Amino acid sequence: MTTSKSRHPGLRRPATSRGSWVLRALALGALPFLASCSRAGVIDPQGPIAAAEWLLMINATEIMLVVVVPVILATLGVAWWFRASNKRANHDPHFAYEGSIEFVTWSIPALVVILLGGVTWISSHQLDPRAPIASNTQPLRVDVVSLDWKWLFIYPDQRIATVNQLVIPAGTPVSFRLTSATVMNAFFVPQLGSQIYTMAGMATSLNLLADKPGEYPGLSTNFSGDGFADMRFIATAVPQGDFAGWVAKVQGQGSALDDAGYAQLTKPSSAVPPSTYRAVDPNLFGRIVDQTALDPDKARAGNAWCPPAKEPAGG
Amino acid sequence: MLGRLTWDAIPFNEPIPLVTSIVIILGALGVLAIITLKGWWPYLWREWLTSVDHKRIGVMYVFLGLVMLLRGFADAIMMRSQQALAVGGAQGYLPPEHYDQIFSAHGTIMIFFVAMPLIVGMMNFIVPLQLGARDVAFPVLNSVSFWLTASAALLINLSLFVGNFARTGWMNYPPLSELAFSPDVGVDYYLWSLQISGIGTLMAGVNMVATILKLRAPGMGYFRMPVFCWTSLAASMLIIAAFPILTATFVMQLLDRYVGMHFFTNDAGGSAMMYVNLFWLWGHPEVYILVLPAFGVYSEVIATFSGKPLFGYRSMVLATLAICVLSFMVWLHHFFTMGAGADVNAFFGIMSTIIAVPTGVKIFNWLFTMFQGSVRFNTAVLFSIGFMVTFVIGGLTGVLLAVPPVDFIVHNTVFQVAHFHNVIIGGVLFGMFAAYNYWFPKAFGFTLHDGWGKASFWCWLVGFYLAFMPLYLLGMLGMPRRMQHIPDPNWQPLLLVAELGAIVILCGILCVIVQLFVSIRTRDQRRDLTGDPWDGRTLEWATTSPPPAYNFAVLPEIEGLDAFCAMKRAGRPAAPSAYEAIEVPRNSPTGFMMAFFASVIGFAAIWHIWWLVILGLLAVAVIAAVFGWSEDREHEIHAEELARMESARAGAERIA
Amino acid sequence: MTVTAIDAAPLPPEALNPGPAPTRTVVAYGFWIFLLSDIIMFSGLFAAYAVLWQHTAGGPTGRELFDLPNVFIETACLLLSSYTCGLAALSAEHRQAGRFYLLEAMTFVLGAAFLFIEFSEFAGMVAKGAGPSRSAFLSAFFTLVGMHGAHVTSGLLLLLYMVAQVAAKGFRPHVLRRLLCFSLFWHALDIIWVGVFTLVYLIGAR
Repeated sequence: MTTSKSRHPGLRRPATSRGSWVLRALALGALPFLASCSRAGVIDPQGPIAAAEWLLMINATEIMLVVVVPVILATLGVAWWFRASNKRANHDPHFAYEGSIEFVTWSIPALVVILLGGVTWISSHQLDPRAPIASNTQPLRVDVVSLDWKWLFIYPDQRIATVNQLVIPAGTPVSFRLTSATVMNAFFVPQLGSQIYTMAGMATSLNLLADKPGEYPGLSTNFSGDGFADMRFIATAVPQGDFAGWVAKVQGQGSALDDAGYAQLTKPSSAVPPSTYRAVDPNLFGRIVDQTALDPDKARAGNAWCPPAKEPAGG
Repeated sequence: MLGRLTWDAIPFNEPIPLVTSIVIILGALGVLAIITLKGWWPYLWREWLTSVDHKRIGVMYVFLGLVMLLRGFADAIMMRSQQALAVGGAQGYLPPEHYDQIFSAHGTIMIFFVAMPLIVGMMNFIVPLQLGARDVAFPVLNSVSFWLTASAALLINLSLFVGNFARTGWMNYPPLSELAFSPDVGVDYYLWSLQISGIGTLMAGVNMVATILKLRAPGMGYFRMPVFCWTSLAASMLIIAAFPILTATFVMQLLDRYVGMHFFTNDAGGSAMMYVNLFWLWGHPEVYILVLPAFGVYSEVIATFSGKPLFGYRSMVLATLAICVLSFMVWLHHFFTMGAGADVNAFFGIMSTIIAVPTGVKIFNWLFTMFQGSVRFNTAVLFSIGFMVTFVIGGLTGVLLAVPPVDFIVHNTVFQVAHFHNVIIGGVLFGMFAAYNYWFPKAFGFTLHDGWGKASFWCWLVGFYLAFMPLYLLGMLGMPRRMQHIPDPNWQPLLLVAELGAIVILCGILCVIVQLFVSIRTRDQRRDLTGDPWDGRTLEWATTSPPPAYNFAVLPEIEGLDAFCAMKRAGRPAAPSAYEAIEVPRNSPTGFMMAFFASVIGFAAIWHIWWLVILGLLAVAVIAAVFGWSEDREHEIHAEELARMESARAGAERIA
Repeated sequence: MTVTAIDAAPLPPEALNPGPAPTRTVVAYGFWIFLLSDIIMFSGLFAAYAVLWQHTAGGPTGRELFDLPNVFIETACLLLSSYTCGLAALSAEHRQAGRFYLLEAMTFVLGAAFLFIEFSEFAGMVAKGAGPSRSAFLSAFFTLVGMHGAHVTSGLLLLLYMVAQVAAKGFRPHVLRRLLCFSLFWHALDIIWVGVFTLVYLIGAR
């Protein structure tokens, strides 16, 4: 109203127009998030491990938000209300200690921490990468070797190998043993769950399962040099019945991975297209860990002190 | 003759480093030319380069930190731009060999040459003043510490024009950092630079602990020290306990690279896992070294500008010491995915979560300091409130990362990158900006322009959220850190938002620079004539701005916490009837010259110029021997001279 | 600003501070903190040794290489040198120049003997092909023991330097302060050696 505006010139800009600008900015700001939020990564778990871990993340976040949101609001509120110019606020320059408040301020974080501590203990044991996944199906064994800058997957029971391509049967637990023929890397298929480091001279263990058939991007997360960004592969889960057919197809085409072929693989190359090998020595992984794969006469590299990978049931 | 140094070391055929190097060299020559033409060398030598005054050294540390912030940020904006452009099949403008150096340099510079110098500089300037002391325990050692840090910064910048920097990331994990996979000079630049600055930092820690424990004013018992001094004590104790581990680790890596030893190699029994453990045994306390003094700054700023004592002083002290101790029990959370097993992972996860307790207590205590206070809003307070909001978000994501199975799905993704930038920018950097605005008048005699300060705050705050909130989401979508090109086009919108954030932060940095220039130009309008522009509570405000070289003509007698508050209440004491002579340390070129030869040793070692290494070591030994032999390290200010200086200053106050 | 109840309660006398400590206290205290940091640096090397001592990569082990009688002799030299160093410090306090120089000379000789035995041990091992680049165990061994030896070498140089200062300036307060720092350093090296010979030689030679 014009009269009120002239009587209160300070209110020339009504709050609504400022608020609508904020809303517009927020809406604009949300767009990139919505655009990028196609279901992918750990937000789109496709296996029991990933699902458990994603749920854990959500739950832990919610527990903490119960404290964090009020704290943020209180901070802004208290700072604003007790501003020096606010005559209505009760300013008391002597208020520097109150036992009951201290008790509460120590208790709230302590209680949250006790709760989260329990969650941590239980979930760390339930989701230990070494723990085999309970299932009626026999687990599939896959040996993983990180090279510069590609992934070698060896199927010791099927005696085939692939590069930058991981094919597994859906609904079947996969028991991985992992090592590196070069520097430290980390094997990660976000939609299937936990990642684990790969390190030369030793083997780490991981157990994952894909619920349904599909294609799940995989990568290395531990920086390993110039070709690191191209260390990507697709983990393809095929229906359980189709897996044997895929193995047979691989066994019938391409070349075998012999020692010369492996030596060739260890030479640096990046953005390597997926390929398969019809045959491979099932002990190749062990020889890579022992660091005798390239030079059989070389003495043992020395003991790694991490405990050996648990042998999976039926392995 | 020149080891492995040849003309190939200069990046003639790489435009970006070449142009950058030329610009920096011309700029540096320009500065040197101006100094020479204006005849400022004698002043600079006498008042700054050879000064052992903790206030001068503190200012130089902060200056170094702010200058290196520009270099570190330049790296950052180059990284952001590369990631915003190189999406899908595009390769961007930085090939991997460059991009890898840039992100390695970015992290190394920000931690060691921005955050550490800012923290150590603030501690250096303020702690003796707050304790009612005249200087730190070992002034010449203080100068050595600063100049070694500057020498190391010089070496890192040299890697831009001569040779290259490490391409391993700022943590320099083997086996990538071993000779087999990084045969060139880059990792050597990293190792020598950080060894040199590590010695400087360790000495600074020793100095600070000795000062805080042995040089407090009469009557200042431990529980009458300002909280900033407590947090400086805790940080300094952490420096003493943690930095030697880094020294030992880098000695081992240098021996691997120079003598062919096998600490961390892939063959002959080396253990890269051991490096990771040793590095993070240092690395975790390091982040608390950075954040604890920042917490101290917030305690001072919030209390002063609320017009109230800090709420729960003893709780704050207890929380600080708890953080100090706990910080040594959590290091494995940096590598849960290394496969340590559930018991070990769970133990370290629980310990990491426990650290959230004292931190949470501090947040509540700051809240209750403002509660029923009279809060005045200026730049320092805005940074403090911005910190409280931002840091709790960073703390939340930190506790998330502390749960091992959650870490398994976001470790080494940009989610983790967003977390640590959240706490370092929101915690450490905001604290240093608050400290900069708060204590600037004490150092220079006039306040900073508050309008430009507030502008810098808003740019930093908005820029931070724009730059890093998308990274949380991207990390969950599966984007790892350190990617030279981005395979998934779906990620580009978020990366563009992050790039926008980096640009807004750039505006924030420009505001800081403009703030300084405008403040200097209009300084007469904002002179601090009383020494107490903010109605402060602690002893540094009892001196003039800037304080005299000896800080206090007569050491104050302390009767309680917030000593200056009590002094103001009792009325300013009349000038003492008689002064006693005091001793002030003489200037010394020891620090500057030792650091000069440290740079020579470092450079020569990197390029395998052995005769120069030996010469440099001999020179350092001679300088140390000359200093160790010297007698006359202090000069006395006689009582009459002191009386005259004091009354002149009091007179200047009254006239003004 | 009145302080609240808890801070206004009378503090026990030990909480009050008499003011800045005298220089000798501050110097000794600061040097002692530096020594603690040096011990932490050694503990990093000890940790590496503990991790790597069995990583012999098919090469020689401690049992094959260590000559325990030699180790006992060099240990005796070092411990005795600490004793003579302590006596020398007492002589300095009592301004007995003659005794001081004699005891410091004995300290030097004993320290040099230690270094000579250690250097011979190293040279022998290298000649046998058991140098530091042979295996991770040997890298850790040479670095830990060698770092201690490097500290002993610096200590000997420092000893000569301090004797020269005493000769040039006499037993003045600041000279005595610097001598105190040297003595602290020398004794700390002894403490570290006890750790070395227990962990490395006694355990490694089993």
